[in-house]
Amino acid sequence: MTSIGATVKEPGSSKHYKTGSWRTFKPILDKDKCIDCENCILFCPEGCINKDYDIDYDYCKGCGICAEECPVKAIKMERE
Amino acid sequence: MEIPEEEFLAPGHRACAGCGATIGVRLALKMLGENTVAVSATGCLEVITTPYPETAWKIPWIHVAFENAAAVASGVERALKSQGKDDVNVVAFAGDGGTADIGLQALSGAMERGHNIIYICYDNEAYMNTGVQRSGATPYGASTTTSPYGKESFGEDKPKKNIPMIMAAHGVPYVATASISYPEDFMKKVKKAKETDGPAYIHLHQPCTTGWGYDPSKTIELGRLAVETGSWILYEIVDGEFKVTYRPMQRKPVNVYLESQKRFKHLADEEKERIQNYVDQICAELKI
Amino acid sequence: MIKVISANRALAEAVKLAKPQVIPVYPITPQTSISEYLASFVADGDLKAEYIRVESEHSAISAAVGASGTGVRTFTATSSQGLALMHEILFAAAGLRNPIVMGNANRALSAPLSIWNDQQDSISQRDSGWMQFFAENAQEALDFIIQAYKISENKDVLLPSMVCVDGFILTHTVEPVNIPHQEDVDKFLPTYQPKHAYLDPKDPMSLGTFTDPDYYMEARYDMEVAMEKAKDVIRKVNKEFEEVFGRKYDLVENYRCEDAEIILVAMGSICGTIKAVIDSLREKGEKVGLLKIIAFRPFPQEDIYQAVQNAQRIAVLDKNISFSIGGVLHNEIKAKMDVDASGFILGLGGRDVSPEDIINIIKETRNPTEPDKITWVGIKEEE
Repeated sequence: MTSIGATVKEPGSSKHYKTGSWRTFKPILDKDKCIDCENCILFCPEGCINKDYDIDYDYCKGCGICAEECPVKAIKMERE
Repeated sequence: MEIPEEEFLAPGHRACAGCGATIGVRLALKMLGENTVAVSATGCLEVITTPYPETAWKIPWIHVAFENAAAVASGVERALKSQGKDDVNVVAFAGDGGTADIGLQALSGAMERGHNIIYICYDNEAYMNTGVQRSGATPYGASTTTSPYGKESFGEDKPKKNIPMIMAAHGVPYVATASISYPEDFMKKVKKAKETDGPAYIHLHQPCTTGWGYDPSKTIELGRLAVETGSWILYEIVDGEFKVTYRPMQRKPVNVYLESQKRFKHLADEEKERIQNYVDQICAELKI
Repeated sequence: MIKVISANRALAEAVKLAKPQVIPVYPITPQTSISEYLASFVADGDLKAEYIRVESEHSAISAAVGASGTGVRTFTATSSQGLALMHEILFAAAGLRNPIVMGNANRALSAPLSIWNDQQDSISQRDSGWMQFFAENAQEALDFIIQAYKISENKDVLLPSMVCVDGFILTHTVEPVNIPHQEDVDKFLPTYQPKHAYLDPKDPMSLGTFTDPDYYMEARYDMEVAMEKAKDVIRKVNKEFEEVFGRKYDLVENYRCEDAEIILVAMGSICGTIKAVIDSLREKGEKVGLLKIIAFRPFPQEDIYQAVQNAQRIAVLDKNISFSIGGVLHNEIKAKMDVDASGFILGLGGRDVSPEDIINIIKETRNPTEPDKITWVGIKEEE
């Protein structure tokens, strides 16, 4: 069954779909190097890095923007 | 600047890895907050965020068609007003095609009528959802699937349509350009747009890995190069007062920007020079 | 209260009584005075509504969808080219299950340009998922608008409605109209409180989502079910309306059909002319009747068959043309039931239809020169 007008009543329900499987390269953060600049948090297209800099690999597509934008190179991209 | 932690666009959306549009929407929604209704034009953003029976949106959201986001937002705004919900932000997101081309009439009407809405054009400089066709916002020299380079063509032969200035000519109280690569600048502008009594227009430059042809990790870098070379200028027009909001320390040659993208790879020195001259002329006028 | 007014005025009065909260409209002949009356009601404070002076009909219906999506009662009105410009969004409004009510002043479509009446405009939107009600006179225009809200907003229906009035013939001629009391309308028409979809930050939902082949067909099938259910809802609402206002309606109006040998089937203002002709022929002993189609969508096939099954022959009068196949109503009746029906194309672009034309139609139907013939009434042959 499709809801009336194909309305979706569960906000943010795309979280049920894990895009982590799209990934070829995985970002690994070295928290010791991290200077808490928030670049990776702000620039993540998935919004899947939290304020404690934990990367949610369920959703990370491995685009590598975080590694590219890290001013101290604390994030490395490793092949899955 | 204090950046709110809460996210209003959930992960799991189907955007390409390295998508610039979703970065822009995330940042905008952080500033607008939960008391917001969003309207989307048909396009990448709409398709990737609402794959039924799921939605990435955590705020109320509506999509109707390609060319009418501004008109739908007009109706939403007035309907909320009629219910006494004047405090709710109404934001419309449309791509460059949905803004500069097919949606221009509805946008012009909504802006001229003075609805209290925030219209954000996420500009990736072509019709990306249908596979990189030329739009009115495609820059000079870019090769797209409908303005391809070839023996008798160097790609797009017209400069980018200047939508922010067209909006300013409407007397819109707040008009700004922005880039996802300058998040603080962009978010400040969203905040100002939110606080504007009446319509606000933000033209957000947003690199597209798929359409421009670069590695997905370079999305922010490309947006930055656009600004640092003077190819994209960050400014705002508040009640008719024009102000550049960011000036590169030293403008980089346009070539750096052009050479890092597949869509400009074919350009001969002659065309690149023409682009540089064009950029120089605009920057001279703005003292950038 | 009885007032001598045009159908456009009657329609605007009905809108005022129904109290929509948002009215996005764009002027077009012969709808324009509806926009003007509503604007003045709002300007005078007689109607508390947000009136949006949109820049096109496309934006009129788009803003109506946005407003209706927010959960408020919404009205718009248009005609002809304007309705054609709305085409894309009509489907969206129905698919989003927005119970918008629209007034359409029936007018020919260009080219060649014509501002005069036929019904090509609304008939061409028949597959959009909108209900369509055709008024014979100004009173019906008023009564149908009020009922349309109740039908559209019914939770088993949730489809938009179009109330069609023939351009100029109805929109610009005056006749006595009984205008109901506000208290009676308030009692009859409860406020619209949608459960299926609305835009509210306190309960966020996404409207107008993207469906893949696993879901799209069910969404469309639901609309088919709703359109079918609408028939009973219309009958129920008609009954409630009669109880409060004393005027009786149905999906079709059966005029002297019971023992009729020849039955004419038609929609809109032409039915007035036909009734007068039938009355005079009946006096001469001719057994003729009229079946007036009020609801074109949902299509009342059972009601039509019930009315015409015992007639010897029927004539279907169409103010529209689907090229190479004939009038749409004629075709739909032929497709749905085994009846002998002659088709007549008439009144296009405001061509006058006289009582003599109706008499000739009846003659042709009684003794058809060929079965299922389609005749263009009053067409001028090249000399």
